[in-house]
Amino acid sequence: MIKTKKIKEPLFHISKRSDIEPWKAWCIRIGSGLLALLVGAILTGALTGHFFGFFEQLIKGSFGSVTRFEKLIKNTVILLGIALALAPAFKMKFWNIGAEGQVLIGALVTAGLMFNIKDSIPQPALIIIMFACSVMAGAIWALIPAIFKAFFNTNETLFTLMMNYIAIKLTAYFINIWATNGSGTMGIIPYGQLPKLFGSQYLINILVVIVLTVIVYMYLKYSKHGYELSVVGESLNTAKYVGINVKKVIIRTMIFSGVICGIVGFLLVSGDSYTITQNLVNGRGFTAILVAWLSQFNPLAMVLTSFLVCFLEQTGSQLVMAYNMGADAYSSILTGIFFLFIIGSTFFINYKVVINKKHKNIKVEESADESKDESLSTLEESSKEEVVLDGPKTEVAE
Amino acid sequence: MFVTFLHNAIRFSTVFLFGSTGETLTEKSGHLNMGIPGTMCFGALGGIIGESIYLGTLRSVAFINPTLAVLIPMLTAMLFAAIMGLLYSFLTVTLRCNQNVTGLTITTFGVGLTNYFGSSINKIGFSIASTAFTKPVFAPATNWFSNIFLSYGVLVYLAMFIAIVVLVVLKKTRIGLNLRAVGENPGTADAAGINVTAYKYTATIIGSAIAGLGGLFYIMDYLTGSWEYTIDAMGWLAVALVIFSMWNPGWGILGAIVFGGLYIAPYYLNVNFAQQELVKMIPYLVTIIVLIIISIVGKKETQPPASLGVSYFREER
Repeated sequence: MIKTKKIKEPLFHISKRSDIEPWKAWCIRIGSGLLALLVGAILTGALTGHFFGFFEQLIKGSFGSVTRFEKLIKNTVILLGIALALAPAFKMKFWNIGAEGQVLIGALVTAGLMFNIKDSIPQPALIIIMFACSVMAGAIWALIPAIFKAFFNTNETLFTLMMNYIAIKLTAYFINIWATNGSGTMGIIPYGQLPKLFGSQYLINILVVIVLTVIVYMYLKYSKHGYELSVVGESLNTAKYVGINVKKVIIRTMIFSGVICGIVGFLLVSGDSYTITQNLVNGRGFTAILVAWLSQFNPLAMVLTSFLVCFLEQTGSQLVMAYNMGADAYSSILTGIFFLFIIGSTFFINYKVVINKKHKNIKVEESADESKDESLSTLEESSKEEVVLDGPKTEVAE
Repeated sequence: MFVTFLHNAIRFSTVFLFGSTGETLTEKSGHLNMGIPGTMCFGALGGIIGESIYLGTLRSVAFINPTLAVLIPMLTAMLFAAIMGLLYSFLTVTLRCNQNVTGLTITTFGVGLTNYFGSSINKIGFSIASTAFTKPVFAPATNWFSNIFLSYGVLVYLAMFIAIVVLVVLKKTRIGLNLRAVGENPGTADAAGINVTAYKYTATIIGSAIAGLGGLFYIMDYLTGSWEYTIDAMGWLAVALVIFSMWNPGWGILGAIVFGGLYIAPYYLNVNFAQQELVKMIPYLVTIIVLIIISIVGKKETQPPASLGVSYFREER
């Protein structure tokens, strides 16, 4: 007797797609960004009763006054700078999450020179020394994990993470030594400040980061180095096979990464805050990771992304101010929601969900945008959705 | 003096131990959850919400039931942390998003939520409720022996108990073997008929729930009920401790005590403010050294799970 076993057909299955048109991918990203804003508005509405006020403050927070707009631009520039530094390393699949420390160590060296040399040498010379030393400091901070990764394959994610905290504690140590007033904080250091161009404090920062954007873009797209590091990132074996010296590429790319971080640290102290605290970088090293990754390591997309992130952060503080929402942490909630949505959207860019029609054997491709809306809108609370998404797949295994 | 130091080191180690046990469990399934710091914060938030609700149902704080005052916050802390774990695993397992990026976002999100909502929770009676947490389980500290071994609150022992349970499950049971297989090579595990997705989800969610207790302990026991949201710094140390303990929760107990001791050492050593910062640097330095040594020595037992950080998609071979 032949036993017949009923095979349950899964509702849909997931397959990888390799060739999505760029415009479609961007539609998905922008769509999920807008969705995130909507969730932000709903959350704000639930907490304060101002659903439409959210959109009003969205504009006001960044474009309400010249100071706010200036703040937006200056923060964007710094975030963009750090994201630019990370892009080459990430493209190589080297998880450098140590930007926080690499920037801070550059800033520390800059502040140290400003504080200790003072005006004993001409200011332009001091600025040049500061620049050179902060670049070196950033490079060294990035070089240490790179060497161990290259020679011993030490896990770089965890290594660079730890280096952040060493930089933070080192900064705290030196601040305690330098700040002799007993308050444990450094005041404004009146030496070695970058000059104000056309009366704007941040113009030099902006110009430097624009130059960096172009350099990183060219480096990744047109240089031999850029090509080599993307091969290493795509496939280590291919890289070895075609004769790329992987160790050299890892070390070289990380020095490049560290140099830019050092420059950002220099700009942060010498052109922005004129002082140093251990929270100077304030998590931007981590945010920049998200910016770089979400922009797919495309420097031009990074300009937009970092602008959006700073825009959202400012909206958060504006909302807190306008509606008396207490803690300033509201902006990190908004940023968090924004990132979660965009991260989730990458699934619909890299994979497609195919619905299996029962008994017909015809596979109909579901439009990516529709499926995205369904599962992303329930991302926050729904666990049922996940079971549905997941259940059928496991049945295949049995 | 030394006994007090050791007592406090062991007590403080609980924060790290919960975090690192949870993270170890998650990493064994091949997922590097960088959202643990945010998860611990969110667990703390869940804990104080639970405590606040419980205290709100009482007519007066005097009627407090110590068992419920501990159990209810524990459950809510685990629930909240598990929600974060669920979010993380949905994004990384089902949607196969990048683990590092997702984890960092969870941390931002969790810290933000905790910071924002934590300050507005009604915390009246928390100092009394915290005595239910700090009350010595076995004996009050009368001599050096009871001080070091017997006089901790219930969560300290629970942390060690959970660490040992996780260790036994990982090393001695079929489930642990399957989980390790999933973390080492999900493709092979899948071919052997192990439900990879289910293991990844379960390990991440349970791991997060355990980590959430660390946040609860920090607020209700270590700070005796006063609120502080900066738990993420300790969360990163918990992630470091996973490496320090070489993915072994048993070593994690000892490692946590070392980290706890180093964390509070500046207040016991005769050093100035600047030097305190250098002492605080030691846990991170030691972790790096361990990381380097295990990568050079390259013993199989001490390596990170082979597929750590790589999302699994069956059709990708």
